[in-house]
Amino acid sequence: MSDIVFRFGGEGGEGVISTGELFTTACARSGLEIYTFRSYPAEIKGGHAMIQVRVADVNILLSRGGTADVLVAFNKEAYDRHYKELRDGGVLVYDNTDFLPDEDTRTIKYPIPFNKIAMEDIGIRLTKNMVALGALSELFGIPQDKFKEICREKFGKKGEAVLQKNFLAIEAGVKYVQQNVKKADSLRVQPSGRQPRLVLSGNEALSLGALAAGLNVYAGYPITPASTILEFLARELPKTGGSLIQTEDEIAALGVVCGASFAGKKAMTATSGPGLSLMVEMLGLAAMTELPLVIVDAQRAGPSTGMPTKTEQSDLMMAIHGGHGEAPRIVLGLTSVEDCFYGMIRAFNMAEYYQTPVIVLTDQALAQREASIVKPDTSHLEILTRRLPTAADLADYQRYKITPDNISPMAIPGMPDGFYSATGIEHTEAGGLNYEPANHGKMIEKRWKKIEGVLKQPWITKNYGTPNPEVAIIGWGSEEGVIREAVENGNKEGMKLGAMHPKILWPFPTEAINTYLKGVKRVVVPELNYSGQFAKILKQNLQDRNIDVISMAKPGGIPWSPAEVLAQAKEASKHYV
Amino acid sequence: MSKMTAVQYKTKIEPVWCPGCGDFGVLNALCNALSVKEVDPKNMVFVSGIGCSGRLPPYVQSYGFHTVHGRVLPIATGIKVGNPDLTVIAVGGDGDAFAIGGGHIPHMARRNPSIVYIVMDNGTYGLTKGQASPTGPLGMKTGASPYGTVEPPLNPIAMALAYDASFVARGYSGKNKELEALIVRAMNHRGFSIIDVISPCITFYNTYKELPPQLAAIPADHDVKDRAKAFELALRDDKIHLGVFYENERPAFEDRLKETADKARGAGAPKLDEIFLEFA
Ligand SMILES: Cc1ncc(C[n+]2csc(CCOP(=O)(O)OP(=O)(O)O)c2C)c(N)n1
Ligand code: SF4
Repeated sequence: MSDIVFRFGGEGGEGVISTGELFTTACARSGLEIYTFRSYPAEIKGGHAMIQVRVADVNILLSRGGTADVLVAFNKEAYDRHYKELRDGGVLVYDNTDFLPDEDTRTIKYPIPFNKIAMEDIGIRLTKNMVALGALSELFGIPQDKFKEICREKFGKKGEAVLQKNFLAIEAGVKYVQQNVKKADSLRVQPSGRQPRLVLSGNEALSLGALAAGLNVYAGYPITPASTILEFLARELPKTGGSLIQTEDEIAALGVVCGASFAGKKAMTATSGPGLSLMVEMLGLAAMTELPLVIVDAQRAGPSTGMPTKTEQSDLMMAIHGGHGEAPRIVLGLTSVEDCFYGMIRAFNMAEYYQTPVIVLTDQALAQREASIVKPDTSHLEILTRRLPTAADLADYQRYKITPDNISPMAIPGMPDGFYSATGIEHTEAGGLNYEPANHGKMIEKRWKKIEGVLKQPWITKNYGTPNPEVAIIGWGSEEGVIREAVENGNKEGMKLGAMHPKILWPFPTEAINTYLKGVKRVVVPELNYSGQFAKILKQNLQDRNIDVISMAKPGGIPWSPAEVLAQAKEASKHYV
Repeated sequence: MSKMTAVQYKTKIEPVWCPGCGDFGVLNALCNALSVKEVDPKNMVFVSGIGCSGRLPPYVQSYGFHTVHGRVLPIATGIKVGNPDLTVIAVGGDGDAFAIGGGHIPHMARRNPSIVYIVMDNGTYGLTKGQASPTGPLGMKTGASPYGTVEPPLNPIAMALAYDASFVARGYSGKNKELEALIVRAMNHRGFSIIDVISPCITFYNTYKELPPQLAAIPADHDVKDRAKAFELALRDDKIHLGVFYENERPAFEDRLKETADKARGAGAPKLDEIFLEFA
């Protein structure tokens, strides 16, 4: 079994990230599982760029991994920043035309003059990235043809001459290693012989999920890290006959979505915290008028502009409670790249079924993470649409009729006899304005009770590890893989760890969590925010007040690692004796 | 559908407006126009913002959406994009349109969806009991401006012309036949049409006496394609002109979106499975 963490570092704008991406695609086409993590410089050009690619021939990769096994350093800064995170016995591949590392015996070092080869043998400086890929192919056993095949697809349009230069650069890298490097490590990437994987970023998987769910109208305003959803759907949605509008602001974006939903279409917007802040007034309108729609919040570090390119999970409270009055909504947390695809289908299904806004929380780390997934089987997806009025309903139509499940058939403009006027003012079952406290109580209860039905869905939580654990770990959203890996590693060491990961965050899965925690004394709650938002909600909802909730909260930037979560779980289990 | 009379376009719901409110005149003209245009109520949506004027949708036999303050235009756009076959009419007050919602108007003009926008302009915030609105005169004394306002009013017509809205007109709730004709023309226009309708608030800012002498019809020889001339008329301060200032046919938003979809599709609609292959 091979499981190798490669890290590439260098000057932003010099192709470091795209080199890592090419490397990623080549591995996925070899049937390997992939998990990437990247950090862009804040500036458009210049600054330091890093991409980490974990490659393994296992069934699932849960996290980006801990320390690096291989560091490819294009410049001194990359070496300075990342060398300490290269494990003992790891491999440093570096450009010795740029810098020389300190002499130590902690790691194996392969100097390769990427720049010099690119300049002297090829005559184009930026082909140094291809030289590096050629060297890696020879060093770690990825067939160079895979790189060439991808080059042809990516750069073929630039003409045969450009392509041949790139091929030459790859070959030069291969040749240099053959002639000058004596391999002293035992790391090899083993092509698995399995079906090639799709490599998708979280945002790509999410956008594809929306398309699979039947998205028809998208409206949005650019914001990091959600803009790639806007851009992806701008390209793909019109092909399916749908419409996309880049609006003047996020308020207008949600407005368009509300309008399209009113007209009977599946509609969504995607934004980040600042945009969601602008949307909350209209979110109340959508809850009040019972409109099915989906809002994605790709969270980033806040408040205010915060750190736009850094991840955080700090919008949970806003997603659940944001807005005036009490506006019910469903809040889902996406947990992995694969879950981004299926989670969006669930989001649309629940929005349609319960006629409610659904907020989907992802975050910068998950939005940009790339991972391999098996191609979804689109012929077996369950796709739901809203309940429409029958002829009997239309005979005496009441838009907000209270039914056993509180879901009222929704007439769509164009239907004869379905006339109604939706309004944000409190209204009766028939839709007429009404300021009577008794009616308000009845209608607000209808809207709240309606969405509680979602808690009967089988997918709302997922369990990992030991069923009756001595320490349970409950996190949310994109922390799933990290937690699962911590649980697996702990249990391999003989601990009794278990995790429950809620995919629904509101309405809160109180019953599922309390049932799971029967007999458990301690719960560790890792999340990426300062105040422990999820831990607080969890505490409020525990039936057994003796359960110790250990909040593991830190403000954003870098996700927790499996080792950190495991260390906290060990600490918690110590208190047992 | 058999032709409906203006009365049949009205629902049985009694408007909440004060007796004498200009909005009654707007509602009448609207229903007359619908009868002339023979609009099928099931394919029509009235969308409104918040204000006295925003209460209009349920008074008309149609689908309606009474939304939030200032956001009627994006929501109307969503409805039109969601189903381009619907007749979409947006209504609201001058506060809704030019204060809180003012930021949306330039973008409606740029997009040019086939939506008729009727602003019931009374120079005041009727629903919140008479504060000054962006079209109220300088020095207007209200509860929120006891010493008189210090901001001069904006000129909705000049603003709409500057944004290059493709149909710009002004009407008066007290001139019902003329207003009906304006609404019919706006409904015939493909693209975004905005009609600023002077619709006095009898309770908080009664202008019924001083208005009539200031009103004048746009000269019959005015060329509605001439934007510069339209500006001249809009900027005149001796008279308040009524009629169509400007009309310019250009592709409507819903048509451009359809074109984009056709272009993107090329040979035919791709299956989701084909989109997946981009990531293999
Ligand atoms: C976000 C928000 N701010 C303030 C209000 C209060 N409000 C309701 S209507 C209105 C102004 C109404 O004036 P106008 O739009 O001119 O309509 P009119 O009542 O005169 O027809 C205001 C300020 C609100 N509903 N929402
Ligand atoms: S307060 Fe003014 S605008 Fe409102 S209904 Fe009365 S007269 Fe009309």
